[in-house]
Amino acid sequence: MTPFNDIQFNDIKLNNLLPGEHGIIHAIQAEQGLHQRLNALGFRIGKQIQLIRRASFNGPLHVRIGATDIIMRDIDAQRIQLDVAQRTQPSATQHIQLNAA
Amino acid sequence: MKRIALLGMPNTGKSTLFNRLSGASARVGNWPGITVDLMSAKILIGGHIGELIDLPGIYDLHGFSDDEQVVRHFLSNNGVDLAIIVLNSSQIDRQLSLALQIKNLGLPAILLLNMQDEAKRSGITIDTEAMSKQLGLPVMLISAKYGDGCPQALQMAAKQLAENFNAVSPQEVAALLEADVQIEQEMQSIVKQTVQMPTELTDETTDNIDKVLLHPVFGLPIFFAAMFMLFQFIFTAGKPLQDGMAWLLNHFRTLALEPLFAGLPTWLNGLLLDGIFNGISTVAAFVPIIVMFFLVMSMVEDSGYLSRAAFLMDAFMAKIGLDGRGFVMVLMGFGCNVPALMGTRVMRSRPMRLLTMLVIPLSLCSARLQVFLFMIATLFAASQAAYVMFALYMMSFATIFLTAVLFKGQYESSEPFILELPPYRFPTPRQIWLRGWQEVKYFLNRATKFIIIGVVMVWLLTNYPTNVAPASAGTLAGQIGTLFAPILDPIGIDTQLAIALIFGFVAKEIVIGSLAVIYGLQGDALSNQIAMNIDWVQGMSFMLFTLIYTPCLSTIATIRTESKSTKFMWLSIAWSLGLAWVVSFIFYQGARALGF
Repeated sequence: MTPFNDIQFNDIKLNNLLPGEHGIIHAIQAEQGLHQRLNALGFRIGKQIQLIRRASFNGPLHVRIGATDIIMRDIDAQRIQLDVAQRTQPSATQHIQLNAA
Repeated sequence: MKRIALLGMPNTGKSTLFNRLSGASARVGNWPGITVDLMSAKILIGGHIGELIDLPGIYDLHGFSDDEQVVRHFLSNNGVDLAIIVLNSSQIDRQLSLALQIKNLGLPAILLLNMQDEAKRSGITIDTEAMSKQLGLPVMLISAKYGDGCPQALQMAAKQLAENFNAVSPQEVAALLEADVQIEQEMQSIVKQTVQMPTELTDETTDNIDKVLLHPVFGLPIFFAAMFMLFQFIFTAGKPLQDGMAWLLNHFRTLALEPLFAGLPTWLNGLLLDGIFNGISTVAAFVPIIVMFFLVMSMVEDSGYLSRAAFLMDAFMAKIGLDGRGFVMVLMGFGCNVPALMGTRVMRSRPMRLLTMLVIPLSLCSARLQVFLFMIATLFAASQAAYVMFALYMMSFATIFLTAVLFKGQYESSEPFILELPPYRFPTPRQIWLRGWQEVKYFLNRATKFIIIGVVMVWLLTNYPTNVAPASAGTLAGQIGTLFAPILDPIGIDTQLAIALIFGFVAKEIVIGSLAVIYGLQGDALSNQIAMNIDWVQGMSFMLFTLIYTPCLSTIATIRTESKSTKFMWLSIAWSLGLAWVVSFIFYQGARALGF
């Protein structure tokens, strides 16, 4: 099989999503102040989140939770861990290649 | 008198509702934290006069931003008879937490679900009756923008006030504010039972507009093209208005004021006509264009496009130690630096905030715009005017980037950049009108405060002592000019311009007003006289200096209060003065060396 058998999709972070992909938030690693702010914006465990787009030049991510659109930097999106429910194999491979690059 | 507090999350249209209920006008904007001062108004409620207070928009009653603390301190120290909670219907699933937090304080409250029109478009239906039962609060759908449900909401508030006369004491509220229990579960369970929401909620229109405006390649070019076109529009449409205003003022002087003041002593006639009237009318001629400018700015601000600008520019701003919000503040600074400085309150990290506050005074505000419009019309051909104006805006950006790059080492921060993107909104004519009127009022306020005093002082300085020719080297103004000559000669600024610059330190609106007084002329005669006295290189050097040095006393005072540091205030003044001189020096000496 592929060399990516041991990849745990649970470890996918928000900034690893591709535009259009969904995930379910399963952990938020942030200090108290930021945690509270993310909470108020709707970032809660179990909520579905979608990556809409990325700004060019490694700019911020545009994500959507429920009816709320939020922009955030890559570095802050790394704090949010997701379960990706249905990830099609091609995009997963693509995602890993992106990471390697 | 009953005290009624208006509470809600940012971007819920709370200020719009406040304006509607109070009939007064507050600024309305999509940018979080615009409503920074507490506004209040007397309103008629249930046959009695009540005091309505517009509290800052907050996400979380138990949060720790400045605004959240302001709200808590307010509730802990002031008795409130009724809280009107304003939430956004289309985001009710996460905003309901605030209503529960306020309800848990025991305050009599009503809940208004605003923007019902937007929610309806998104396919959200809310069973207000069931929600009201679950919450134990009256709930009503309204649209503050169009006024739907507002009179009924006021009646509901009156009823709630009449039924709850045992208001909770501020001490009890203060005690309760520590507790924060079970709100999350309660909120989720109520939403589950009372709100039907499509699983994939997409506001098609906003999404489609975003596809174009946030395009990875074309997004930024579109943004700059849009800004350029807006400015072109302002100047093209504003020019005839400006000319008409100047014509009116000129006729007012010759037909009404000159005959009226003819009998007065010469000195008083001079003070009134050549001093106060010339000064104010020269500035007033620019009012139409400034009003246009603010109307367009408020449309952009209310539309939600500025948050998109933050998205597009963040990658670049990160390189100079700022973030996307900093870019938006700079854009807002184009209107006036003072609210832009106050807007930095949304930043939690102090270094980031200070760095942003250091660059905002360099953005070309509308007061400086008046000076440039005047000087450009005086010294450049109409065909060159747009390019010179464009160059000054670019120079404003250049000084901002230079300052940020040079100081980012001192103000390092790792503040998270997380921002909500509101859906696109079209401000109603009423909102635009209120905002334009607000700016005219602000101008008139500044006019009475600064310009009259400024021009009178300039008139005195240029007319005393009386035994020498007005504005000559022998007058007080001439002596001051001579004193500063060693510093200002190398940048091509003569005595007359020097006086205008010194008074411009108080407020830039005074600059052209004082030029009118110094030369004792107004309108075309003033322009012709200045064009004879200085060439375009000197004029450009003067404009560069005006652009970069400290904008006005209000800005300095705001920097002091917002940074809570006198040292930082002096740094800002010293840096901008130093930079202004160096840039003007390089430009002036460079241009002269090249033979211009």
